[in-house]
Amino acid sequence: MKMRAEEPAKKLMQGNEACAEGAIAAGCRFYAGYPITPSSEIAEVLSYRLPAVGGTFIQMEDEIASLGAVIGASLAGAKAMTATSGPGFSLMQEHIGFACMAEVPCVVVNVMRGGPSTGLPTLPAQGDVQQARWGTHGDHPIIVLTPWSVRECFDLTVRAFNLSEKYRTPVILLMDEVVGHMRENVELPNPEEVEVLDRVKPTVPPEWYIPYEDTPFGVPPMGIFGEGYRYHVTGLLHDVRGFPTLREDEIEPFMRRLFRKIWAHLNDIQQWETYLMEDAETAIVAYGSVARSAMRAVVEAREVGLRMGLLRLITLWPFCRKAVESILDGCKTLIVPEMNLGQISREVKRVAQGRAQVRTVSRVLGRLIKPEEILEAVEGWKA
Amino acid sequence: MEGMKSGRSLIYQYLRHDKKFPHVWCPGCGNGILLGSLIRTVHKLGYPKDDIVLVSGIGCAGRLPVYVDFNTLHTTHGRALTFATGIKLAKPHLKVIVVMGDGDATAIGGNHLIHAARRNVNLTAVVMNNSIYGMTGGQYSPTTPYGLKASTAPHGHVEHGFNISRLVEAAGAAFVARCTVYHVPLMDRLLTQAVEKQGFAILEVLSHCPTHFNKMNLLGGAVDSMRWMKEHAVPVEKAKRMAPEALKGKFRIGVLVDRDIPDYQTEYEQVRRRAKEAAPYKLDPQEISKMLESHQIY
Ligand SMILES: Cc1ncc(C[n+]2csc(CCOP(=O)(O)OP(=O)(O)O)c2C)c(N)n1
Ligand code: SF4
Ligand SMILES: [Mg+2]
Repeated sequence: MKMRAEEPAKKLMQGNEACAEGAIAAGCRFYAGYPITPSSEIAEVLSYRLPAVGGTFIQMEDEIASLGAVIGASLAGAKAMTATSGPGFSLMQEHIGFACMAEVPCVVVNVMRGGPSTGLPTLPAQGDVQQARWGTHGDHPIIVLTPWSVRECFDLTVRAFNLSEKYRTPVILLMDEVVGHMRENVELPNPEEVEVLDRVKPTVPPEWYIPYEDTPFGVPPMGIFGEGYRYHVTGLLHDVRGFPTLREDEIEPFMRRLFRKIWAHLNDIQQWETYLMEDAETAIVAYGSVARSAMRAVVEAREVGLRMGLLRLITLWPFCRKAVESILDGCKTLIVPEMNLGQISREVKRVAQGRAQVRTVSRVLGRLIKPEEILEAVEGWKA
Repeated sequence: MEGMKSGRSLIYQYLRHDKKFPHVWCPGCGNGILLGSLIRTVHKLGYPKDDIVLVSGIGCAGRLPVYVDFNTLHTTHGRALTFATGIKLAKPHLKVIVVMGDGDATAIGGNHLIHAARRNVNLTAVVMNNSIYGMTGGQYSPTTPYGLKASTAPHGHVEHGFNISRLVEAAGAAFVARCTVYHVPLMDRLLTQAVEKQGFAILEVLSHCPTHFNKMNLLGGAVDSMRWMKEHAVPVEKAKRMAPEALKGKFRIGVLVDRDIPDYQTEYEQVRRRAKEAAPYKLDPQEISKMLESHQIY
């Protein structure tokens, strides 16, 4: 018994629950959402937890309303989030664009299930990867993170909030049904140990405040409604003061800054991990729950002497070009297993530019890809 | 003279100097009349500018906030009330006023409108009802009268319109009022009441669109529309004393509904209190049947 007490406090929990706990730890105090499996546990946990910490939970009439309320709350100073799955994610696209355009920090969780349309409630898929990148209309940068474990659901939810605050942008946490519903024994950090970032607010006198002025960092300080910095927020393309503009010399600089604030900080935003890549000749490039099968495949391949490794993408967008480039010298073959018909493998091919053979292992049958299905694509593998 | 002077200085006090005028509205449009009324109302009630958030959707009416020196938010078409809900719940001390067009509020935003009314968040909503989609060129809206023309009803409109005030009344709004852009002192009074109301308050402003609606339907200019409003509007108090036949073809203006219902924020405080208690919230079996009986939707 004594030995037990000294062990860290571990708890059996779901990815969705860990995501909700991560939100609380990150300082989220407003949640608006509309129920949809396999994401509903996030809403359920937060409906219980948020009022206890002085926050607000509200179930809106649909997902468009949910993200609208989240953006409103964020403009009023609250860290805010919503969670959904495929059909709801489609409905949120217009407001994801609004948050990009008006530069409003917020976190959107999409626990992927099979699509299109109502699709496969609720079997896993990774079919929303390109939608997460390009779902809303118009040119825009976006940050998308994908966890592979329950603990990482917690960590990446915190990170999603931190990045959204730092860069004044919506951040999408792209989970999948396996990760969302899977239970693992996890140890969550104490609240004091969690690094939390808050948006930079203006410090100049209000009459000097120029709400969308360019800065060396590319992210203007954010005035909060009710805190003395009165300004105009709009989804129309706007000048540095926030007012609608149709002037060429204002449109282009705005669009360029919107991209630059993300692209100039890829080192901070992009995360990936490698396993056994030092001497690897074949690499699996995977993300989300599929990376778990990929990891297993690497271990099995190593057991029979095949020099295989894993590149696991944590930041999905902006695409980790550097990560893929860094393995092109050593690897002749890249295997990209996905629960879709090749949405990230086309990015890998684009970066590989023919320097390595890229093999897509696609499965769209409503279940996780098995390690042996990945291994079948490996030369020299005999089952 | 004195009135003119104070009116003008109010305008200088509240309009944005750094916003490049002229505004987007056509000559004779009713939107400016609402803008004036809003400024007078906020001024009279003495709210600091910092405490006012003016939210709008998309359309000609939706362009209103950009001109005033409040916290202003121009959202997406139909969704203004959802943003406003988030703002109000996150920062309850702010006065949140929402301006929408008829298409904005009752077509694309119809679902948000009825739910905002039902939920009773402490917001003030104003619907500028010009019976048409002004901004996009005169297409029919959910309030375009049967039989008239619109750019998408060149052969005459065959749908029947919403009665916006009755719609939100049925949905549960705490305060519902109606006026026109002709009845300006009434607009000021109703807006004051709506802003001060605890709960979801909505003011429907009957307006006109000389550029599209009037032109397509041979209704003349803004002055002709105003005259029509003057002749057809009946104050609610007067309507009560009138025979139904005399009311035919007329519409009521004034306060249509004013009821006290605890607003969402007040109710949610209970949730916060219960959430902080050590023991989980338990329903009292005796209360359950009482709650079912008082659930007046059947
Ligand atoms: C999602 C979406 N659909 C369509 C439009 C195009 N649009 C802009 S304003 C408008 C109608 C405006 O009519 P109303 O709400 O009555 O406002 P008004 O211009 O008459 O004041 C439409 C359809 C849009 N901006 N967004
Ligand atoms: S189109 Fe109609 S509603 Fe729009 S500004 Fe002109 S007159 Fe007003
Ligand atoms: Mg209209």
